[in-house]
Amino acid sequence: MIKSVFKQYSGFSLLRNSLSGHRNWARVWRDPEPKRSYDVIIIGAGGHGLASAYYLAKLHGIKNVAVLEKGWLGGGNTGRNTTIVRSNYRQDGNAHFYEHSLKLWEGLSQDLNYNVMFSQRGVLNLAHSDSEMEKFSERGNAMRLNGIDAELLLPDQIRREVPHLDCSQNTRYPIYGGLLQPRGGTARHDAVAWGFARAADALGVDIIQNCEVTGIRVQGERVVGVDTTRGAIDAGKVGLAVAGNSSRLAAMAGLKLPIESHVLQAMVSEPLKPIIHTVLTSSASHVYINQTDKGEVLFGGDLDLYNSYAQRGNLPRVEYVIQSVLTLFPCLRRVRLMRTWGGVMDMSMDGSPIIGKLPIDGLYFNGGWCYGGFKATPGSGWCFAHTIANDKPHALNEPLSLERFKSGALLDENGAGAFPNAH
Amino acid sequence: MLVIRCPWCGERAQIEFTYRGDATVERPDLEANSDEWYDYVYTRDNPRGEHTEWWHHTGGCRKWFKVRRNTWTHEIISSEPPGSPDSD
Repeated sequence: MIKSVFKQYSGFSLLRNSLSGHRNWARVWRDPEPKRSYDVIIIGAGGHGLASAYYLAKLHGIKNVAVLEKGWLGGGNTGRNTTIVRSNYRQDGNAHFYEHSLKLWEGLSQDLNYNVMFSQRGVLNLAHSDSEMEKFSERGNAMRLNGIDAELLLPDQIRREVPHLDCSQNTRYPIYGGLLQPRGGTARHDAVAWGFARAADALGVDIIQNCEVTGIRVQGERVVGVDTTRGAIDAGKVGLAVAGNSSRLAAMAGLKLPIESHVLQAMVSEPLKPIIHTVLTSSASHVYINQTDKGEVLFGGDLDLYNSYAQRGNLPRVEYVIQSVLTLFPCLRRVRLMRTWGGVMDMSMDGSPIIGKLPIDGLYFNGGWCYGGFKATPGSGWCFAHTIANDKPHALNEPLSLERFKSGALLDENGAGAFPNAH
Repeated sequence: MLVIRCPWCGERAQIEFTYRGDATVERPDLEANSDEWYDYVYTRDNPRGEHTEWWHHTGGCRKWFKVRRNTWTHEIISSEPPGSPDSD
């Protein structure tokens, strides 16, 4: 992948650079001036945009590619999520796509020669009623039929697996069991952006930061380029990977999307010794928890539930999410919260993402990631690159098309209807 | 914490209210074609800036009303009963 063996990261390069006090590591990616024209422009240098550029260059031989970023690389939702990776979906369209992504995760550090710290510590969904256990066994069976790992756990097994969890009958939401995906886990979110950026750059992709797209130029039925704060750039094809701001970018091309933008908060505690070894989720109050490699307990819950482009939320949601965590882990009661933050989600009308063509030739869309964009990063880039290179979707992202909202072939895992904040 | 003014109850804390969404979409005629229904059910302007939206005073008088709010700053500009001439 990277030409010079001396630029490869390895135990040897670590040792060699340690001899000079780690002061001589090479720059990881270039900072090029934008050229006048590219074959493909990807808008958005988050995980998805960078992964798309990487797979375009690596798998499809399209290397005259620019990734344009209004701020800094990975500064949006790539750096704001709770780092969870899983593929425990019920619907076929989602299941195959996310499972493909999970398989890419399993080889990603090797593929990129960059440690994304992928840790398959398991994702455990807790059930709080008999009917939820019924749903979990149904979903677990559906997953296994799709070749995805799933195990139904009883309360005793959960008590052994997560000893600090309140499994008593006196808690607000007693635990009836759970659905475990052992291959799920977490990854280091920033490293995913950096790893894809470094690998894409090494293949010739120009990553251009501080370059905000201000217009999408369309001639007749075809996209011909973009206007940016650093001048106009021509392009044969343009891909949007700007979840959170998808509606604003699509509006530049005169398009309206089945998406609303909502703020989602997350937070971390001060670092603790290891007490939570898996990713835990509970739908009783909608909360998801894991412990980072640094020891912080990292968790999040629902959206603030009103349309928002502010990368910050309000305290009622923070309070509710903390209460939910403490219901599950009363032992965390005196732990201090270190930080809270917010990111802007593309909430689609059926709760599932969109990867596909837009009704303008040469314009492609990747967005609508709702709560779950991070885990999709490699699969999303892989499918988006295929779609852009071949001007048609891969079988894996055909069900994720924009047209599904017109045809009625929705992927509504929750059966919540066309209410973006209900997914 | 947002402080939202219910047109009937006055200013109350955000936690008393439930959000519904864009209040500018209009239900098309029953005879309308599927593209118009698609637009009504699914597509939204989703502006970064001023947005007119439905809220419900769930923990109060349980009436619906329209709020004009900035989605970037969270500033609440006005709130009006449904159908009032000042609202969109």
